[in-house]
Amino acid sequence: MSDPKRGWLEVELEHRGVSRREFLGFCGTMAAALSLPATLAARIAEAVEKAPKPTLVWLEFQDCAGNTESFLRASRPTVADVILDAVSVDYHETIMAAAGHQAEQSLAEAMQRDHGKYIVVIEGSIPTGANGAYCTIGGRSALAIAREACAGAAATVAIGTCAAFGGLPAAAPNPTGALSVADAVPDVKNLVNLSACPANGENLVALLVHYLTFGRLPELDALRRPLFAYGKLIHDACEKRGHYDAGQYAEAWGDEGHRRGYCLYKMGCKGPVTHQNCPNLGWNGGTNWPVGCGHPCIGCAEPSFWDRMTPFYRHLPEIPGLGPHASLDKLGLTAVGAVGGAFAAHTALHVARRSADRRRRESGGGEES
Amino acid sequence: MSRVVVDPVSRIEGHLRIEAQVEDGVVREAWSSSTMFRGIEIILKGRDPRDAWAFAQRICGVCTTVHAITSIRAVENAIGAVPPPNAELVRNLVMSAQLVQDHVIHFYHLHALDWVDIVAALSADPQKTSALAESISDWPRTSPRYFASVKARLEALAQSGRLGPFANAYWGHPAYRLPPEANLMAVAHYLEALDWQREFIKIHAILGGKNPHPQSFLVGGMAVPIDPNEQASLNVGSLEQVRKLIQGARQLVSQVYIPDVLAVAPFYADWAGHGASAGHYLAYGEYPRTPEPDAPRVLPGGVIRKRDLANVEPVDTDKITEFVTHSWYDYEGGDGEGRHPTRGETAPNYTGPAPPYEHLNVEGKYSWLKSPRYDGLPMEVGPLARMLVAYAKGQPRVKALVDHVLGALGVGPAALHSTLGRIAARAIETQVVVEEMESWVDGLMANMGAGDLRICDNSKWDPSTWPEECSGAGFHEAPRGALGHWVHIRNGQIANYQCIVPSTWNAGPRDAGQQPGPYEQAIVGTPVADPEQPLEILRTVHSFDPCMACGVHVLDARGRPLAQVRAL
Repeated sequence: MSDPKRGWLEVELEHRGVSRREFLGFCGTMAAALSLPATLAARIAEAVEKAPKPTLVWLEFQDCAGNTESFLRASRPTVADVILDAVSVDYHETIMAAAGHQAEQSLAEAMQRDHGKYIVVIEGSIPTGANGAYCTIGGRSALAIAREACAGAAATVAIGTCAAFGGLPAAAPNPTGALSVADAVPDVKNLVNLSACPANGENLVALLVHYLTFGRLPELDALRRPLFAYGKLIHDACEKRGHYDAGQYAEAWGDEGHRRGYCLYKMGCKGPVTHQNCPNLGWNGGTNWPVGCGHPCIGCAEPSFWDRMTPFYRHLPEIPGLGPHASLDKLGLTAVGAVGGAFAAHTALHVARRSADRRRRESGGGEES
Repeated sequence: MSRVVVDPVSRIEGHLRIEAQVEDGVVREAWSSSTMFRGIEIILKGRDPRDAWAFAQRICGVCTTVHAITSIRAVENAIGAVPPPNAELVRNLVMSAQLVQDHVIHFYHLHALDWVDIVAALSADPQKTSALAESISDWPRTSPRYFASVKARLEALAQSGRLGPFANAYWGHPAYRLPPEANLMAVAHYLEALDWQREFIKIHAILGGKNPHPQSFLVGGMAVPIDPNEQASLNVGSLEQVRKLIQGARQLVSQVYIPDVLAVAPFYADWAGHGASAGHYLAYGEYPRTPEPDAPRVLPGGVIRKRDLANVEPVDTDKITEFVTHSWYDYEGGDGEGRHPTRGETAPNYTGPAPPYEHLNVEGKYSWLKSPRYDGLPMEVGPLARMLVAYAKGQPRVKALVDHVLGALGVGPAALHSTLGRIAARAIETQVVVEEMESWVDGLMANMGAGDLRICDNSKWDPSTWPEECSGAGFHEAPRGALGHWVHIRNGQIANYQCIVPSTWNAGPRDAGQQPGPYEQAIVGTPVADPEQPLEILRTVHSFDPCMACGVHVLDARGRPLAQVRAL
């Protein structure tokens, strides 16, 4: 039975054998993950304790469940569990016990009861071809479900690059007319894109903590991604950056440079044009990340990466402002024509959008209400 | 007579719909439909074959790794790349870690709630639960205080009035038969397994950078360098970390998973008499013991017809065909023909009801899955198929474990052809595979010690070394069963790509001869106490471990691009 003198969180923590000290430590980590001063940890703790348990519904459309799996892998298990229990996950096809119309009833109830207050997480793109028949649930089209769910939501999280930008189903030639959430639901409010393939579960946890703590969304970039996770280029935080600056590159799989952890630029790394906190946060409890393991970044957090970042093993052409590197070889020169133009344009556009976004934020109009 | 519709089938990957005709409390006929389609093969056309693994991997994020492995095997087969021994060993570790983790998650998080009543666990006595747990296993977490804390956590959830993912389920259904203490023990293990999977999968982070979707696959090898003297490579330290995670998994499987299956099964013994498919089984075989392409496998391949374990045939992949008679695709030659994947066609043509709809037209086309057949027969694939083939071929460890489990439950091998048989086979397979894993760590250590640091066949990396035109096939035993990719390469680009996937074998619709697919067959005869709460149908469907995103992916040369849509 809950004790009115104590917050639900304290009770939960006690059941799990998590000490208050551990919890505050977690809040400190979250503050760091969110790029906030450490002094805010206490405020995070207080806010998380006092926040009412919001409802979360998780919809899967043209997905592979990779983001769901990533969410289940969010680390710091005991404490993160508390945070996840701080949210009532009322609908999630992959984990929920109910099936069929009882499952649909759960969704309908949540949307009705908490109209205007719930958070909807969408995984997978939304097909528009064949009148919606490329993805139906309970006989209804993904598009109809998404529009209804987003209309009553306080905030929408498009998790993974498919939901955020269309992703793999939308890669050329987009056989099913797949769209991102933003394109499929044009009037969606308070949308956050947590791109990457899949998104790191830790970033979703951090986003939820931010929302619970401050009652609003974090600052976003022009692609509506939280700056705390997508504010920097992988290249700028990469552990191999020193080798890049020193002109030390892996040239073949398993060669001396590869074994020594030299820069993977020549093997096709897209870290110089990809925004994501992989090098800082790591994956699976900070165990490793793709570049750390020896494979180039494939740029999975960026729009259209299946078309613009491929071929994955062709290295990027020289891009102004990226620093010194060895002269381009045969592959690189061919790349300049095809991928290079796209990247240069993309980078320029991106810089322009970001500064526009910054101006909008400064003038107080950066966030939708 | 009533038509029961289960849509969505939850606790699976992807979008599955089951329609079943129920008469006098028994399923008389059933139809399995997949209701989502993406078209990944057409997206692969024209791409660099060395990139294909990353695209194919995204067919599924639950079976992450399986399409990547199969894809690189298919491309290697086409261009003649030969991965060095270290790459094969790392691949074995990546594949086996996937299987072990996936099977444990399936049992506890996707399947258990069909057998375990969470609400009934609230009336369990922690003291008695502790006694029960100690009577079946040496697992250390069995104190009354521990089970009391789990119970308190459940109580807090129940009293909050917000059951979250456990709301609106079939709690209290008469088909739940466990005593309260067994329910509470299972809930505790549900939570423990949730913590364990996060830890265990760090093997993929060490060997592949991350999970889901590890990123160290390469045509010709792996991208994770190996060197005993380098911090940035796999070395003795990181391999010992892998070993430790394997040992933890071995303990969990032998002290929690297997004992739980043996403890729960006697309460549901009648489910050894439900859920059989037509009795045809297919396994390609997996985990090469040595690097040669035709090396013996830990789990052998083979074909079983009509439950005949005395005559296991070698697999002949030329006998595989796919039908679209009841699938939303057209074939140039009409709905009657079956086509081999190398001649595969996939022209989507949705002829079902416009959404929103109540029922599918099961007389016509009703699924995005095709119907694969082997020599004209529907084949069940997956752990049961693999364990039956291995058992029939006398694989010593499989034979010993299967006999042990059958003995413990007091049943003969015929009981394996069932819903319960699938559950037992999956658990046995997990044990067999987790026991093999350390030998692959040992192999990497030995190679490293001997100075063999090769991780990739770089001789075929440059596309100019490939023939102008070539074809290849790759095969793998994914957790859910036999998986094949077929690739055709022309001028260094993918000209055609086809996959035949475990859940297509198991969940596909009827074929031209109206033979039902394995799900459709297995559900027939299932008792349904309450058509409003078709828990029993879920039990059999879940016993296959459905993965619909895997099943539906197809669209190839003849696919019609429907729209060119800007995605930012």
